[in-house]
Amino acid sequence: MSDWIIILIKIICALVWFLVIALYLTWVERKESAVIQDRIGANRANIWKFRVIGLFQPFADAIKMLFKEDFTPRFSRKFLHNLAPFVSFFFVAITVSAIPFGDVLRIGGREIKLQIVDFNVSLLFVMAMLSLGIYGIILAGWSSNNRYTLLGGMRGAAQLISYEVALGLSLIGLIMVYPSLKLSAIVHYQGELLWGWIPKWGVFLQPLGLLIFFFAALAETKRVPFDLPEGENEIVGFFTEYSGLKWGLFMFTDFMEVLIIACLLTTLFFGGWQVPWLYADGFHFPWGGQWLLPHGIVVAFQVLAFNLKVFFFCWLQVLIRWTYPRFRYDQVMDLGWKLLVPLSLINIAGTAILLSLLG
Amino acid sequence: MIKALGNFIAIIKGSLLTTRHFMVNMWFHTLKLLRIKTKRKGAVTIQYPEEKREIASRHRSLHRLLKRDDGKPRCVACMLCVTVCPSECIFVEATEDPDPEIQKSPSSFIIDLSRCCFCGFCVEACPEDAIRMDTGQIEFAEYTRDRLIYDLEKLTE
Repeated sequence: MSDWIIILIKIICALVWFLVIALYLTWVERKESAVIQDRIGANRANIWKFRVIGLFQPFADAIKMLFKEDFTPRFSRKFLHNLAPFVSFFFVAITVSAIPFGDVLRIGGREIKLQIVDFNVSLLFVMAMLSLGIYGIILAGWSSNNRYTLLGGMRGAAQLISYEVALGLSLIGLIMVYPSLKLSAIVHYQGELLWGWIPKWGVFLQPLGLLIFFFAALAETKRVPFDLPEGENEIVGFFTEYSGLKWGLFMFTDFMEVLIIACLLTTLFFGGWQVPWLYADGFHFPWGGQWLLPHGIVVAFQVLAFNLKVFFFCWLQVLIRWTYPRFRYDQVMDLGWKLLVPLSLINIAGTAILLSLLG
Repeated sequence: MIKALGNFIAIIKGSLLTTRHFMVNMWFHTLKLLRIKTKRKGAVTIQYPEEKREIASRHRSLHRLLKRDDGKPRCVACMLCVTVCPSECIFVEATEDPDPEIQKSPSSFIIDLSRCCFCGFCVEACPEDAIRMDTGQIEFAEYTRDRLIYDLEKLTE
């Protein structure tokens, strides 16, 4: 019985964390773009004249979208049209169940894993759910029964499926190095040390894999350098026929994807919740020093490290979105099939040769 | 191959540029938050209703009619401004003035601001220096058009 309660609490905590951070990513996007472009950004939303650098802006946006007209075109397929945003939202939101936020927490003789479910193929599960999110786009494009949305949906499908290949192949090298598909096990392997002092993070063992994964993941979020499904300045994209909160759900899904990509980058390539040289009983520095810490503080350090890394990658993705102009369709396909897929194959071969040479 | 490498370097340079902007602006924003005064600001924004940009001394803003020492308008109803106005928004009616030195004065002087293009020709044309555009007032938007029709009383204020 108490197991169920613990699972329920974990689900609520993780979902609240996920949704709140994704909500505030909209604020980060506005503010960061403003700072990059020497502006100030949204700072007028207030509660009782209380502005707090525009932190109420996401709520103001949500309220605005709630009160907008929710319009379903007469010529659309009603059921699928209504289903599409929820499909794309659901398959991103469910991936948070496999992300490890920290190691085990011991309270009252009970060991709680800071992860909703820790199953054997969590990496495959995350990849599968991210790919299923494409169905939301295709459904939206098709069921709106409009040529432009259909074009956007088809482009989205083509782009996401081609980058799915590079995304999957780039991770094979990683799975060879850390022999597991379990995200928690991959993080545990990254706690070991290389030559006694470098933490054995994916970024040091699989630099090429990281690069390919990052590019492909950026394409998966379908934001600006790769925003062909939306294509604001040419075809307006797969959610043309959506309005109000359903449109907001599509937009929100983009931000959730940014967050989940940041989580995956952290977990797979930057040691997840690992802090360099922090073990279960405290810091053991390679130059011989020691700093022993109680269990609670170690767990707090781990969760904090995970959060900081995730925030950094969210920041980086927003920076990339506000730096680069968008690709043309053929350039996207070139980059995907002619550069990233061959590079990831080379990465697999190179990793295999190195592993067999090193034994 | 070399071209691809050049492209890659250009991409990296682009992101370094935006990162530099972010870091420098963030530094000045943080200093402002800590109430440390600096010459430079983190953003070039002027937050309009609270802060206003200084208006140049030759800026053409809302018109005003100048008065003589006895409080009557300086205008002698010569109709030069009416003639020169390219958007035909000035309407003047003349009456006789008791003072033989002045002879004419306006009984009504109306400027339709909804038509005015703020070219300043009326100011240039006026031989008596009776109309000027130096009030510095630029916020006179109204909800209805008839409130934008300014008469003698409103213009001499």
